[in-house]
Amino acid sequence: MNVIDQLEKEQLRTDLPDFGPGDGVRVHLKVIEGERERIQVFEGTVIRRSGGGVRETFTVRKVSQGIGVERTLPLHSPRIAKIEVTRRGRVRRAKLYYLRDRVGKAARVAERHQR
Amino acid sequence: MAKGLLGKKLGMTQVFSDRGELIPVTVIQAGPCVVVQKKTEETDGYSAIQLGFDDQSERRTNRPMRGHFKRAGVSPKKVVREIRTQSVDDYEVGQVLKADLFAPGDVVDITGTSKGKGFAGVIKRHNFGRGPMSHGSMYHRRTGSLGATDPARVFKGRKMPGRMGGDTVTISGLEIVRVDAERDLILVKGAVPGPRGGHVLVKSSVKAKAN
Repeated sequence: MNVIDQLEKEQLRTDLPDFGPGDGVRVHLKVIEGERERIQVFEGTVIRRSGGGVRETFTVRKVSQGIGVERTLPLHSPRIAKIEVTRRGRVRRAKLYYLRDRVGKAARVAERHQR
Repeated sequence: MAKGLLGKKLGMTQVFSDRGELIPVTVIQAGPCVVVQKKTEETDGYSAIQLGFDDQSERRTNRPMRGHFKRAGVSPKKVVREIRTQSVDDYEVGQVLKADLFAPGDVVDITGTSKGKGFAGVIKRHNFGRGPMSHGSMYHRRTGSLGATDPARVFKGRKMPGRMGGDTVTISGLEIVRVDAERDLILVKGAVPGPRGGHVLVKSSVKAKAN
């Protein structure tokens, strides 16, 4: 196996849950303030996953005090303490950019029910 | 003390630091390098060690080099480079230098041969600007004026199209992010001259303050 592929593989995290666009997630982030380290939670809807291998990123969108906030994070970042999947969304596309143009009730994603 | 290793550029990737920052790195297969010869003040007028890297078959090595390697008692190598040192006493002929010569946090200069670009125009080669591409301009990527008419000649050093790349380029002040002694890998922050598989020389930095 190629050395670079090997190096990248070593950095992949295996402790993350399976999630995709439309899913509601709670991302527990390690925030370093000077010496101290604390956990900050960012909760919202996954609107995209992009890239592959160590370069894979995902974007979580939430509306905070009427303002849309999006955070894009490297999926395999050690700064992510934990990802919780709170709900499974039923969506028909991979990138949910249309949510940006919608507000209120229209900006919801339907829940996916297991068959 | 100056220390150095010969290596091969394997390519670029990214790694996470301890603080979770994403660092772009170049992976270099550094070593194992063998000391082929010691050059001393008395015999050669300067002191240096000669390193060899990357095995080469005996058949592909020419006779003079074959003899040179035989005298050192090492197998023939593809690349042989010298590294100037204060004293050669710390080294032995036949000694093998590995990637753990360097430690994370060390600052190094890396020398390689840049990718050849062929016969390049003045925009790519000397960062000239281009003319308008439309509106009947007919002056797209041309060289432009070569100077005034009065001297009736072109001054030396005029920047013109020509062969670009394939030069020896040194990038100084690169930080070593990680060293993998087992696989003889050095991960250096940032880009390094040359194509993947190109040979490079990794030397401790000239400009960085020794601490």
